[in-house]
Amino acid sequence: MTVLLIVLGAAVGAPLRYLTDRAVQARHDSPFPWGTLTVNMAGSLLLGALVAVPASPALTALVGTGFCGALTTWSTLGYETVRLHREGARRYAVANAAVSVVAGLTAASLGYALAHAVTG
Amino acid sequence: MTRPDEHRVDPDVDLRVPADRRELAAHPAAVLGTIAAGGALGALARAGVQTAFPHPPAGFGWATFGVNVTGCLLIGALMAVLTARPAGPLVRPFLGVGVLGGFTTFSTYVVDVRQAVAAGAPGTALAYLAATVLLALPAVVAGDAVAGRLLARAGREATR
Repeated sequence: MTVLLIVLGAAVGAPLRYLTDRAVQARHDSPFPWGTLTVNMAGSLLLGALVAVPASPALTALVGTGFCGALTTWSTLGYETVRLHREGARRYAVANAAVSVVAGLTAASLGYALAHAVTG
Repeated sequence: MTRPDEHRVDPDVDLRVPADRRELAAHPAAVLGTIAAGGALGALARAGVQTAFPHPPAGFGWATFGVNVTGCLLIGALMAVLTARPAGPLVRPFLGVGVLGGFTTFSTYVVDVRQAVAAGAPGTALAYLAATVLLALPAVVAGDAVAGRLLARAGREATR
């Protein structure tokens, strides 16, 4: 059952990352990978909220491990950072790594605080 | 504006690469279905590693750390291979966007860092935060370099 829920969540999360990335990248012309940053922040906010509430193991598998896990990515973030550096966009590379980590932690903490405040 | 594949920045989808721009309109169901299947496989593999190596809230998340560094090594190698030897239109969506994107995770990484701080282990949190960045980025470079060397060797043997 857990396996099925992880599969279901990831089967939605991974294509949603691709579609979000496309939609965000189509709206600007800078080399900064805003698309990946968007999915990573959204997933961190949601997972932060999920761990703040008494979620069942089924919900954790579906939304946490499956959906948030597949929506967010380290491989794409890592590749983009290295590529930006190699393309000569060193400031973008450093900014991408730094902003991702700082904003990601902020998003996770914000999600946790919001969910905690709502559920008491 | 358009850039060839070797100048790609985003392995998921880089709209400056003409083939990436066209792929969704050309085969929407195949591309999204392939990504979903790959993502499910990657997520299951990650869940397997996380279940095998659990960690307490104040501990170092070795499983996710290993998954993210390994995924970065593999994306470096995969993209080097695909740049040198273009494959079918669904190979990058399946392996890169799906399997490796689903295998690695950013949300668990930052949530685990936050939890370690909340559990009173800021040192562990900082070590985990920094170690992932300091190993994942060189892992991409290493994957790219190793794959590049193997491709060059295979190329020399083919022309011998």
